[in-house]
Amino acid sequence: MEHIRLPKVENVRLLDRVSPRRSRVGTLYLTATHSIFVVNEAGVRNETWVLHSLVFSAEKQAATPSGCPLIIHCKNFQVLHFVIPRERECHDVHLSLQRLSQPESYEELYCFSYKPNVDEVERRQEWDFLDLKTDYSRMGLPNSLWKLSPVNRHYKVSDTYPADLFVPESATPPVIVGSSKFRSRGRFPALSYYSKENHAAICRSSQPLSGFSARCLEDEQMLEAILRSNPCSDFMYVVDTRPKLNAIANRAAGKGYENEDNYSNIKFQFIGIENIHVMRNSQQKMLEVCELRSPSMSDFLEGLESSGWLKHIKAVLDAGIFIAKAVAEEGISVLVHCSDGWDRTAQVCSVASVLLDPYYRTIRGIMVLIEKDWVSFGHKFSHRCNHLDGDPKEVSPVIDQFLECVWQLMEQFPCAFEFSERLLITIHSHIYSCQYGNFIGNNQRERIELGYEK
Amino acid sequence: MEFAELIKTPRVDGVVLHRPFLPTVEGTLCLTGHHLILSSRQDNTEELWLLHSNIDSIEKRFVGSLGSIIVKCKDLRVIQLDIPGMEECLNISSSIEALSTLDSVSLMYPFFYRPMFEVIEDGWNSFLPQDAFKDLESMTDEWRLSEVNTDFSVCPSYPPLVAVPKDVDDDTLRKVSTFRHGGRFPVLSYYHKKNGMVMMRAGQPLTGTNGRRCKEDEKLINATLRPGKRGYIIDTRTVNVAQQAKARGGGFELEANYPQWRRIHKALERSNVLQDSLIKLVEACNDQNHSMDRWLSKLEASSWQSNVKEILTTACLAAQCIDREGASVLVHGTEGTDSTLQVTSLAQIILDPTCRTIRGFQGLVEREWLQAGHPFQQRCSQSAFSNTKPRVEAPVFLLFLDCVWQILRQFPCSFEFCESFLVLLFEHAYASQFGTFLGNSAADRSKLSLPEKTVSLWSWVNRPQELERLSNPLYEANSLVIWPSVAPQSLLLWEGVFLRWNRSSKCLDEAYEEMVHIIEYNKELQNKVNSLRRQLAELETEDPLLQES
Repeated sequence: MEHIRLPKVENVRLLDRVSPRRSRVGTLYLTATHSIFVVNEAGVRNETWVLHSLVFSAEKQAATPSGCPLIIHCKNFQVLHFVIPRERECHDVHLSLQRLSQPESYEELYCFSYKPNVDEVERRQEWDFLDLKTDYSRMGLPNSLWKLSPVNRHYKVSDTYPADLFVPESATPPVIVGSSKFRSRGRFPALSYYSKENHAAICRSSQPLSGFSARCLEDEQMLEAILRSNPCSDFMYVVDTRPKLNAIANRAAGKGYENEDNYSNIKFQFIGIENIHVMRNSQQKMLEVCELRSPSMSDFLEGLESSGWLKHIKAVLDAGIFIAKAVAEEGISVLVHCSDGWDRTAQVCSVASVLLDPYYRTIRGIMVLIEKDWVSFGHKFSHRCNHLDGDPKEVSPVIDQFLECVWQLMEQFPCAFEFSERLLITIHSHIYSCQYGNFIGNNQRERIELGYEK
Repeated sequence: MEFAELIKTPRVDGVVLHRPFLPTVEGTLCLTGHHLILSSRQDNTEELWLLHSNIDSIEKRFVGSLGSIIVKCKDLRVIQLDIPGMEECLNISSSIEALSTLDSVSLMYPFFYRPMFEVIEDGWNSFLPQDAFKDLESMTDEWRLSEVNTDFSVCPSYPPLVAVPKDVDDDTLRKVSTFRHGGRFPVLSYYHKKNGMVMMRAGQPLTGTNGRRCKEDEKLINATLRPGKRGYIIDTRTVNVAQQAKARGGGFELEANYPQWRRIHKALERSNVLQDSLIKLVEACNDQNHSMDRWLSKLEASSWQSNVKEILTTACLAAQCIDREGASVLVHGTEGTDSTLQVTSLAQIILDPTCRTIRGFQGLVEREWLQAGHPFQQRCSQSAFSNTKPRVEAPVFLLFLDCVWQILRQFPCSFEFCESFLVLLFEHAYASQFGTFLGNSAADRSKLSLPEKTVSLWSWVNRPQELERLSNPLYEANSLVIWPSVAPQSLLLWEGVFLRWNRSSKCLDEAYEEMVHIIEYNKELQNKVNSLRRQLAELETEDPLLQES
């Protein structure tokens, strides 16, 4: 509460996005968690609530005769244009909002103070609602080909990986540990999806620390183990979701990609999805186009194209399709990685899963998928979604793109999904709002440390 | 002239047909005077029954002794016929070329078509001007139906009966017709019941470089103004183009002569530009590259979406003048047969809920396009695949249908018909077994005796089985004026026409069927609830014991 300099301002005007003449006058309140704009017109009370944690930026513009404009951009793309009568008041609201929307520590996040009317037992139960082990059982695991490995139970092998990981039956702990030392951040090849029907699997990892010529016997054995877990095929794909140039550049830093000569029976493939910085800029440009006042059709189409946003969406979808086809049509296992294996890898594995398995198109299924491939496998939600005031270079709409890919699929296959667009929008909104503890922190270990279940 | 003369080879066996979404099939190809028919050998079913008049252009390809003919249709479908034997292939292709480029209208299929269904209601009589006028009479007595053009001598492109202000006599009309392009004097297009305001349309005034004026023309349009009120003239040309028109005898209404009218210029593209736009759009849609890189800029370069936006914006403007400003409107371009009609007909979709019913829309097309003299024969002689330089062809009507589809998409519950009806009209405007879209004017239709010698599209459409297929299950009749959004984000590419043959609509069709079932089931349940409620009410009145509880 100490960050609220001014809890109430009267005679604030909220401009209508489409026609500036149609504005409403009301009172703006600031609470610990929300901004609330209340309009009382002809006895009808109308409230607009905006979560502080959903505020992306608050911009104070130069004062005009009618007041001082304050433009709020939200992370769910809502834009509110307030005009506050006195500049002093606007200044106070602006500073308050800036501080309230950019928490400095995790404890300040909304989820730690959000207390809905749910009793303790129910609340605990809900955390157990999505048990990932159940999803693996659904796939038929563990079985004779894949087993649960205890190697990362205490996050000692990779602190960004989950505690429970499935590996090929023939992969021994020394092989796994050896492989993890050869992978960026210890993120060794682990199972994402297993197809009961033909034993093909999607595995994920980070880039190998191969540099120009380094080799690692255990890593090669790890891939061989994955291959052997698919008795129906004699080779596997290794898919690097980065553009070739970026991957080559990584070699100079001692990282890189798999050399087909060193790994037996792999077919290597670059898919070429751009990195988080390109995606961040792309979304920014696209939002600018969408906010143009009265664009001509040319302005709009040209702007949309130059943002490249749809091109990136297509790249992610194309990659998902390649992997899904490899598994479903060719019956071939795939190992997917990017640099760290927590951005493009997550996108591509989860899109492929949605294409392959109707379960992930149910309401429960999509939640399980996000819990598995994003939350448990260490997608850096807090960094990417800027939960705390952190490094702007880490911020990127990676999960946004995945959600949009799902939406694109829903548009083409309306009968194939149990949920509607509204679920995707709700999930998107809460990934950014931190109203719930699901997406706080950057990996499983961090989340447990923060005591999210409490 | 016998068709047989043009058919070099009437029949070839062993022809393989490739079509979008369906498996290839082999059969016997037959050429008749009007159709290209492929019967499969399996059970003699007709796999293909294509009107020659639906063919835009053909391409020949040879691989060894196998010739392929690629047939590009006006409805944007592309099919391929593999014909064994080079000679047969060459004969077939030159026969098709001859048969699909016939000049004379009376050789077209509608004159030979015998309907397989019983004509219950003759579409040629369904939307007569005199009947439309009766509706007008019930709302206002300020107008009369003039017969000045009964023999089409005053205005060759107008219908025989036109609605004009009551106090304007036929002599005045004759004088005005000499002052308007093509003799197209201002006539009533639409009467807005809510406030009595009207929309009129005409050709450009022939002011010329001398600033000629016509008092009768001024009297005519001033007669539509209420005392003390102003009207708007919407000119679908830029100010410059309107100025330049003077050099060719045309021009615009001078403020000095029309002080009560405010002129607004909202430029819409001319016909020749529109044909180019369509060709570029279809090229972009058929690009097999499947790359995202240039898709949007190719779409933008075609300007098709821009054209849609501009037309919708102008129609909204006209509608706003009438409904919001409470003013009468006069719309014209140069000839008054293209962009003018796009504006007046779209404005009515916005303003008048009747135009959103199936019959109402048919009536709208009849009044504002067919009878109003849009030169269909010329405009729809070639479509996007023509390989001759466009002269008079232009997708003016298709653009109108696209705009209607945009509004339909934004207001899915306000239209009694669904998208398929619009696609159907697009198809039949370009090639049809019905005579509705033949000719360029009511005069043409009368001269060719179309009502006597051909069947009307409306006769077929208005049969219950067709109506059911074309109805919108989401329709909820309302009396609203609906205002579409013209923001670029709100206007989509009409996939149902432009991507129809590129992408299977199977999943979307399934979803549509599902929706229809849900709505039907909902209606059934609602009826059941109502019937049970009635039973309960009856029981309550009968049994006093029940009343107590």
